[in-house]
Amino acid sequence: MKPLASLNKFFNRVPLHLAIIVMVILWLVPTLGLFVTSFRSREAVRTTGWWTVFSSSQPTGKAEYTTYCESCHGADGTTIATANLADPSVVNQYTRSINLLVALKQPINNAPHLVDPQLPTNANDAQVVLSPILTYMQTLSGQGKAQQKFTLRNYADALVGYKGLSDYLSDCQGQVASTLAKFKCNISDLLAPEGMGRAFLNTVIVAIPSTLIPIFFAALAAYAFAWLDFKGRQWLFALLVGLQIIPLQMVLVPIARLYVNIGLQSTFLGVWLFHTGFGLPYAIYLMRNFIGGLPREIFESIYLDGAGHWKAFTRLAMPLAMPAIASLGIFQFLWIWNDFLVAKVFLSTKPVLTVQITNLIDPLGGNWHILTGAAFLSFIVPMVVFFGFQRYFARGLLSGSVKG
Amino acid sequence: MVPKIMKQGRLAPWLYLGPALLIMLVFVIYPTINTAVLSFMDKTGTQSAAVDCSSGQPCWGVFENYRYALTNPLMLTALRNNALWLLLMVPGTVAVGLLFALLADRVRYESLAKSIIFMPMAISFIGAGVIWRFIYYIQAGGGAQIGLLNAIIVKLGGQPVAFLSNPAINNFSLMVVGVWLWAGFCMTILSAALKGLPTEVLEAARVDGANEWHLFWQVMFPMILPTVVVVTTTMVINVLKIFDIVFVMTGGNFGTEVIANRMFQLIVTDTGKSMAIAVLLIILTIPVMIFNVRRFRQQEAMR
Repeated sequence: MKPLASLNKFFNRVPLHLAIIVMVILWLVPTLGLFVTSFRSREAVRTTGWWTVFSSSQPTGKAEYTTYCESCHGADGTTIATANLADPSVVNQYTRSINLLVALKQPINNAPHLVDPQLPTNANDAQVVLSPILTYMQTLSGQGKAQQKFTLRNYADALVGYKGLSDYLSDCQGQVASTLAKFKCNISDLLAPEGMGRAFLNTVIVAIPSTLIPIFFAALAAYAFAWLDFKGRQWLFALLVGLQIIPLQMVLVPIARLYVNIGLQSTFLGVWLFHTGFGLPYAIYLMRNFIGGLPREIFESIYLDGAGHWKAFTRLAMPLAMPAIASLGIFQFLWIWNDFLVAKVFLSTKPVLTVQITNLIDPLGGNWHILTGAAFLSFIVPMVVFFGFQRYFARGLLSGSVKG
Repeated sequence: MVPKIMKQGRLAPWLYLGPALLIMLVFVIYPTINTAVLSFMDKTGTQSAAVDCSSGQPCWGVFENYRYALTNPLMLTALRNNALWLLLMVPGTVAVGLLFALLADRVRYESLAKSIIFMPMAISFIGAGVIWRFIYYIQAGGGAQIGLLNAIIVKLGGQPVAFLSNPAINNFSLMVVGVWLWAGFCMTILSAALKGLPTEVLEAARVDGANEWHLFWQVMFPMILPTVVVVTTTMVINVLKIFDIVFVMTGGNFGTEVIANRMFQLIVTDTGKSMAIAVLLIILTIPVMIFNVRRFRQQEAMR
């Protein structure tokens, strides 16, 4: 091809590449934002957007500080607020400086100094409002701790479920009252009831048996549907196809009532059984289609050799059905890992990841640093499964897309 | 014709089928029937729903819970919203998925690009809800906008928008999350269908001078139409049952209520009404179920 022609072809395709890349970026950015945020300090998350970490020239503000702030706030930024802000009597002495915040609405050098400051009404609020200002001032003046751009502390907070004013690790070090009440500050906190660590363990305990048990029973039934003759075979299988799309909502309450009567509410066994029952119609359908599609000759020859059904099932059907089992297993595993409704209804006292995340949500949006970390902890396993077994996942999803 | 080997043993089939049938009987069939019965009972599931009627008010007797499901203002909002999702989000998702399948088919980094679009399917809807709550977040009062969308709006000189609490737009905000989640699913199925098209036919059309636009609408689209229908019906079922996204993002407040969330909210407080809504949900999915069974029969007939 002539160079000019190939160049021409390249330019013709620019809009195509552009369209694809724009869409890919649109799809990636929301998750990326969550990911980046989960590694930022609490203060940074509260005060700046996550995208600012990509701008290389973080304003240090030292020059601005000297020009505009030093005369009032002192060289190290602590003149006004060296006080112990946890002490209400001290905070009350500083009402004047808090009221000064009103004055800060006035522009300085034609630029807003503080846009619409929220005034604290009590000591606790004052601490929440003022401590970031103090940190900010100290950082600007160059005296405070330089904030690290990234931190793993959010993940520690999320794992143990710590919702204190500072973070779990530093509060543990400082022996702050709020940690001492609930936490031991050692490895056992990883299983603290409100944390994602415990939720992770619960999710694993729920997901693995709930994946394996239905697959085993489905394989048995699928073998019967495919290679055994009995009355009503077609009819029963058609019923099964119909059962697949019974929505979860239709079966939750009677089972929940049953569990209360027989003492299975909030037990792992109850959830395993429920997922088995609800997963079976689809599992049988998929397995039967696969096992029924295996060549008839190999089954006939193994019977002629004198093997019974059990041998044909374990030695022939199961090994040959491994691709279907893999698709089904991955689909079912992820479905359960990501399930919220069943866990919420049947396992209220043993929260799984999804339920724990909803417990961590602050309607006012105050704890994004923990929530983002928590969400990402719940993504790790699905992401690994997804990128590791993408082909099986897609296949399972395609054939099982209508599952309730 | 049934092969000989399938006729061995009279008892064997039931030994293999037994456990699965028993479990399904207890966990699918019995509760489905029980739910239908409970939908005619009162709050606690002990007496007829008619006891909830109060004099002077309209009453449907034993169908009282269904009166709630079909006339209560919150339920009407929910029904309207589910209809909105069906009308806007389903075609939107299928269209985005199809468009991306068509575009990605022409570049070398196809599998990478498709993985990224498909990825949201792997994570939980709850997690996706958190991701998008953060995107839509609005910082009330002062302070920088840390939600991406509002930061962009403010940067461009606009006022921050309450994406999730403003009733004029919040349903659309939620639907965008739905499209983000499911477009990859539609894309994957449609992409497989596109790749299965016979290349000779496409080549012939190109030789005959069809441009890409005509090629798509007059040759490719009719050939993948059955798959488009399958994808659409699947999305219809998904959307009828939409729950987690709404639950985690708005809790059904601010006019974003949907049927499944109403059902969930009433489980504890009023079982009868909750079950009536569940029955309504399954009645809405029955047409799709019939369609599915038919599709299955056709497949069987072709085997």
